[in-house]
Amino acid sequence: MLRIRRFEEACAQLYTQTKIRGFLHLYIGEEAVAVGVLEGLLPEDAVVATYREHGHALIRGVPATAIMAEMYGKATGCSGGRGGSMHLFHAPTRFYGGNAIVAGGLPIAVGLALADAMQGRSVVTACFFGEGAVAEGEFHECMNLAALWHLPVLFCCENNLYAMGTALARSESETNLAVKAAAYEVPAWTVDGMDVLAVEEAARRAIDAVRNGGGPHFLELRTYRFRAHSMFDPERYRAKDEVEEWRHRDPLEVLWAVLESEGIADEAERDRAEEAAAAEVAEAVAFAEAAPWEPVETLERFVYSDESSVHDVLASSPLGPGGRRR
Amino acid sequence: MTVTYREALRDALRDALVRDPRVFLMGEDVGRYGGCFAVSMGLYEEFGPERVRDTPLSESAFVGAGIGAALGGLRPIVEVMTVNFSLLALDQILNNAATLLHMSGGQLNVPLVIRMTTGGGRQLAAQHSHSLEGWYAHIPGLRAVAPATLEDARGMLWTALEDPDPVLLFEHGGLYNLEGELAPDAGPVDIDRAAVRRAGTDLTVITYGGMLPKVMAAAEQLAGERISAEVVDLRTLRPLDDATFVGSVTRTHRALVVDEGWRSVGMSAEIAARVTEGAFYDLDAPVERLCTTEVPLPHPKHLEDAAIPQVDDVVAAARALVQGGPGDG
Ligand SMILES: Cc1ncc(C[n+]2csc(CCOP(=O)(O)OP(=O)(O)O)c2C)c(N)n1
Repeated sequence: MLRIRRFEEACAQLYTQTKIRGFLHLYIGEEAVAVGVLEGLLPEDAVVATYREHGHALIRGVPATAIMAEMYGKATGCSGGRGGSMHLFHAPTRFYGGNAIVAGGLPIAVGLALADAMQGRSVVTACFFGEGAVAEGEFHECMNLAALWHLPVLFCCENNLYAMGTALARSESETNLAVKAAAYEVPAWTVDGMDVLAVEEAARRAIDAVRNGGGPHFLELRTYRFRAHSMFDPERYRAKDEVEEWRHRDPLEVLWAVLESEGIADEAERDRAEEAAAAEVAEAVAFAEAAPWEPVETLERFVYSDESSVHDVLASSPLGPGGRRR
Repeated sequence: MTVTYREALRDALRDALVRDPRVFLMGEDVGRYGGCFAVSMGLYEEFGPERVRDTPLSESAFVGAGIGAALGGLRPIVEVMTVNFSLLALDQILNNAATLLHMSGGQLNVPLVIRMTTGGGRQLAAQHSHSLEGWYAHIPGLRAVAPATLEDARGMLWTALEDPDPVLLFEHGGLYNLEGELAPDAGPVDIDRAAVRRAGTDLTVITYGGMLPKVMAAAEQLAGERISAEVVDLRTLRPLDDATFVGSVTRTHRALVVDEGWRSVGMSAEIAARVTEGAFYDLDAPVERLCTTEVPLPHPKHLEDAAIPQVDDVVAAARALVQGGPGDG
C-alpha cells in the first residue's frame, strides 16, 4: 500500500512538472483493494484493470521502473510508451490492462477465463472496475455470460461512490451492488475496502472458490479516492468534510493501527518500509528520466503483427508457450 | 464437386475445428439452431457445445470474450448475425481488438476471426441489410476480407485463422445460395491480393463481395456489345491491394467502382481516390462510381432493387464510361 501511495504521490508531482502528460487517475485512498485482492493470486492468474491501474500493476509485479517509463511515454515503458498511464500492459505477469473504456475490460476478462476453462487450467482472472461500470450494458452481459458458463472470474467492483462527479445514488436505481450480481446467480459480498485485511480475507475465500470450480464471484469493495477523479478535475461535486471523514479511514493507517496494537511491527519497521518505497520511486523516476524515446521511424509498428513482433502472448507469460502452466 | 457458398463456408469451419483444437465457434444460434443462415448446421452435433458455442444476445460481451479468449491462447471464430448488429460490439472491435497490439507495445496480439453477414437484396429492411464493411476497413489494426467466390468462401477462413491479428470476414447474405464447382481439395487462399476475375481492355470494374456476381454478369453482357470489361475483385478491403486495381486501370484507362455501400465517405470513395493517386495520367475519363442510393434500405422489392446497383445499372454505367469518355477516339 505504501509503495502505491508514494509512487502515485510522485506521479502527481511529476504531472504538475509536466513530465507526465495526458490523463492521470490516482488510486490514493483505494490501495487496500488492489493489495488485498492481488495478494491472493498466483503468477499464472490473469488481471484485467481500468485506467486507474497503477496500483494494480505495481502489486501484480510489473516493475515500478517500467510503469514510470510508461507514464512518461518512454520506449522502455511496460507498453513501449504507447499506452501511457491508462494503458499499462505486461504479458509476463498476465496483466491485461489498462482499459480506458468504462466496463470495456469485463468481456476480455470473461474471455480469458473462458480460455482457461476450455484448456483445463485452474486459473483465476481478476477483473477490476469502478461502480460506474455497473450502469453499462457490458456489466450485465458479462455477469450473465460468466454465470451461465460458470467461468473462473473474480469481479472486483471498486465502489468509491463516484463515477467522475456522479454519485452512485444519482446513477443507479439499486445501489446495493451485491444484489445486482446476485441477480445473475453470482455469489457476491460487500467488503470494507479501506481494511486491507478484510479485503484479503474476502478475496482469498472468493479466489479459492473460483479456482476450485465455483464459477464467477463478485466482490463489492467499498472504498474512497482521496484525490480528484483525474488531475483535470476541480472536484466540485463532493464536500471537503466528506473527503476528510474518509481520510480518517486511510487504509495505511487502519492497517498500521492493527500492526501496532498486535505488536507485529514498530516505528523502525515503518521507517524501513518508507525508505524502501522512497528508493523504489526514486529508481523508477531516474529510470524514466534516462529512458529513451521511441524513434518516430517506428511510429507504424504494432498496428499489425510483423516478424519482429509476432509472438504468442502466452510465450512470455507464466502459462508458457503451449498455454500450459510451466 | 457442386457446392454452395454456404457449404463452402461450413466446410471451412469444419476443417478449422478438425485441424486446430484451439479453434472454436461462438455466436448467437450457431449451435443447436444450426446458424441463423444455416452455415454451421450440423457442427454442433459433430463438435459439441463447447466448441460450437451458443451465446446469449450479448454482442459486446461475446465479441469481447472472443478477444479475451484469443489472448488466453485460443483461436476463436466469433459469428455476429449481421453487420448491423455488430455495431453493438463496435466498442470491443475498435477499442480493444484493433488497438491492443499497438497500445501494449507489441505484447498482446489478438488472433481472432469475426464472421458476419452483410448486404441487402432480401427485403429485410433497414436494420438487416446494410453494407458497413467499409467502416471496419477504416480501422487500423483490423483486417477486413469479403469472400465473393466459392474458393474464397472455402479458403479465407483458414488463412484468417493463421493471421496473428483480428480478421473480419464479411459474408454477403445474397451469396449463401450461390452454387458452383469447387475442387474437393480446395484449400486456404491468399488474403493479401485482389484478384482479376475477368480480363478486359476497355475499362476496369472494381468491386467486391455481393456485387461480384452482378458485375460478372454485366461484363458478360458488355462483351456482347463489344465492350471488354476487366473485373477486379478486391477480396480484402483492408489492407487494400491497390497495386492490382491501379495496375489494371493503367492498362484499361477507365475505372468504374461498384460498391453496395453508400457513396459518401465510403469504400468507393477510397478506391476512386487511390485510382486517381496512382493512375491519374493513365485515365481517359474520371473515375465512375455506382453505389447504393443513400437511403436506409427499404423493404419493398422494387424500392430495394432500385436502391442497390443491379446488373443493368453496371452495364449502363460501363457503357456510358466507355462511350462518353473524353479521351475516346
Ligand atoms: C464508455 C465510457 N464512457 C465514459 C467514459 C468517461 N469516463 C472516464 S472515467 C469515468 C467514471 C467512471 O467511474 P467508475 O467506473 O466508478 O470508476 P472510478 O473512476 O471511480 O475508478 C467516466 C464517465 C469512459 N472512459 N468510457
